[in-house]
Amino acid sequence: MNWQAIRAIYVFEMSRFFRTLLQSFVSPVISTSLYFVVFGAAIGSRIDQVEGVSYGAFIVPGLIMLSVMTQAISNASFGIYFPKFIGTIYELLSAPINFLEIVLGYVGAAATKALFIGIVILGTSALFVDLSIQHPLAMLAFLVLTCLSFALFGFIIGIWAGNFEQLQLIPLLVVTPLVFLGGSFYSISMLPPVWQTISFFNPVVYLVSGFRWSFFGFADVPIGLSLLAIAGFTVLCLAIIWWIFKTGWRIRQ
Amino acid sequence: MPMVRITDVRKAYASGLEALKGASLDIHEGEILALLGPNGAGKTTLISTICGITQPTSGTITVGGHDVVTDYRGARSLVGLVPQEINLEPFERVINTVRFSRGLFGKPKDDALLERILRQLSLWDKKDNRIMELSGGMKRRVLIAKALAHEPRVLFLDEPTAGVDVELRRDMWEIVAGLKKAGVTIILTTHYIEEAEAIADRIAVINKGEILLVEEKTALMTRLGQKELRIELHEPVDALPAALADRGLRIEEGGQVLVYTYDTAQERTGIATLIREVSEAGLVLRDLQTRQNSLEDIFVGLVSKQEDAA
Ligand SMILES: Nc1ncnc2c1ncn2[C@@H]1O[C@H](COP(=O)(O)OP(=O)(O)OP(=O)(O)O)[C@@H](O)[C@H]1O
Ligand SMILES: [Mg+2]
Repeated sequence: MNWQAIRAIYVFEMSRFFRTLLQSFVSPVISTSLYFVVFGAAIGSRIDQVEGVSYGAFIVPGLIMLSVMTQAISNASFGIYFPKFIGTIYELLSAPINFLEIVLGYVGAAATKALFIGIVILGTSALFVDLSIQHPLAMLAFLVLTCLSFALFGFIIGIWAGNFEQLQLIPLLVVTPLVFLGGSFYSISMLPPVWQTISFFNPVVYLVSGFRWSFFGFADVPIGLSLLAIAGFTVLCLAIIWWIFKTGWRIRQ
Repeated sequence: MPMVRITDVRKAYASGLEALKGASLDIHEGEILALLGPNGAGKTTLISTICGITQPTSGTITVGGHDVVTDYRGARSLVGLVPQEINLEPFERVINTVRFSRGLFGKPKDDALLERILRQLSLWDKKDNRIMELSGGMKRRVLIAKALAHEPRVLFLDEPTAGVDVELRRDMWEIVAGLKKAGVTIILTTHYIEEAEAIADRIAVINKGEILLVEEKTALMTRLGQKELRIELHEPVDALPAALADRGLRIEEGGQVLVYTYDTAQERTGIATLIREVSEAGLVLRDLQTRQNSLEDIFVGLVSKQEDAA
């Protein structure tokens, strides 16, 4: 393993993040605050409590998941697409490194950034609502796994994309709808039965539910299923990455 | 064992275009090889296959004895590449991109070395600038700094002096000479024949994916320093008259032309004596021509000969 190379990619990618630290930090803080104002105050005044938890606190896990998923995808997809776009990919291709090392560097950095933003949102939320985390270790595990698996997914999108439109296509058409309909702002049990059934086909529901369980101890779906969903998604992404590695798809002419 | 050995390499792109058609070439350790060829000849493709940017369709390439496909780590860690296009991240700072390059090749941090490289390339006072704040020539030097950051044994320069002013071109030549002194093997592509003349030890000519010639520059230059006198005769001859036998004449065009090669640097070219002897031997002159070879002639000659053959 060329650890120096992994480190070099990681540090280089993170420096892009720190260069825009203010932006990286301020935008999640502002958007979280807005969500609290809009959802917490406006809707919260009508919903009051969900399963004994104030509505403001109830939406925190979903809010974190929402940002973490989209950030992990966009960071990782952009991270590997950008060198392809401006041509600096020649360096990655001519360096004594293999695909696994490239993946570790880019996905590691993208996941770290997403994790950082997740923690910032958690901190900001604590300013607005009373939060207690019942299963902190499980919470952290869910958070890290989500960051990693969605960063892997974003990396695949970045390798696949041939232009900027394609880069945005899957996040826009698939990920955002699934995430918004994934029970971030409501409990699935609040939906009419038909929509409940449909929701169970949405993988994001399992992630949000499991993550919420680690905060409050209740969930829409059994926690085992949530774990299975995140593990399954990670394995699927790893399998695709492995296939790309084997075939050299979209990387080397 | 040559530093780089290219054996019968073919490269067909996905479009079906065959950019390399069985190229073979040995590059010796410590030499400067200039790769000459018109646009689209396959120079960049050849370099890309050696460096790992594309994979050869068939044939083998070794660098320092390491196969570039099966032992890519061994091969690539010896190689530095300065690409033809200026590919740099505009928002990045000079020092960071150079550090990144060193790290990618698995080398530990060495800021003293990077400082030496940047100073040598007159980039030290720009080290904290963003790439987009640099001029085109400076960007090209950043590419060189990146390629040198991991101390390569073999350096590929793909048209390093394209669009570069005279002064910077001289600087480049000096840098190349310095690297050669340090034992680095250098392969550069260029469209400027005088550049190849100025710095290369050997010259290779490539066109349409085939290597047409590889020759020591000095041997080439000797050919170039020579002039030809072509004596056109009224009546063709079958053989040289005995009196002219030891004058080193060549018969061409079915005995219609006698060719005399001489060195322009010599005090006595022997032309006057030769012409007298030719008429004494009873041959009647119709016309005289002299012509001097240039590298350009050789180059154009090779390329057009290949075109005729096709
Ligand atoms: N990625 C690619 N896909 C398909 N064809 C390509 C690709 N890159 C180069 N070619 C083709 O391969 C041939 C050789 O191109 P190459 O870039 O190696 O030429 P070159 O000798 O470097 O030319 P130049 O002096 O213009 O840089 C050309 O016909 C070119 O169109
Ligand atoms: Mg080229």
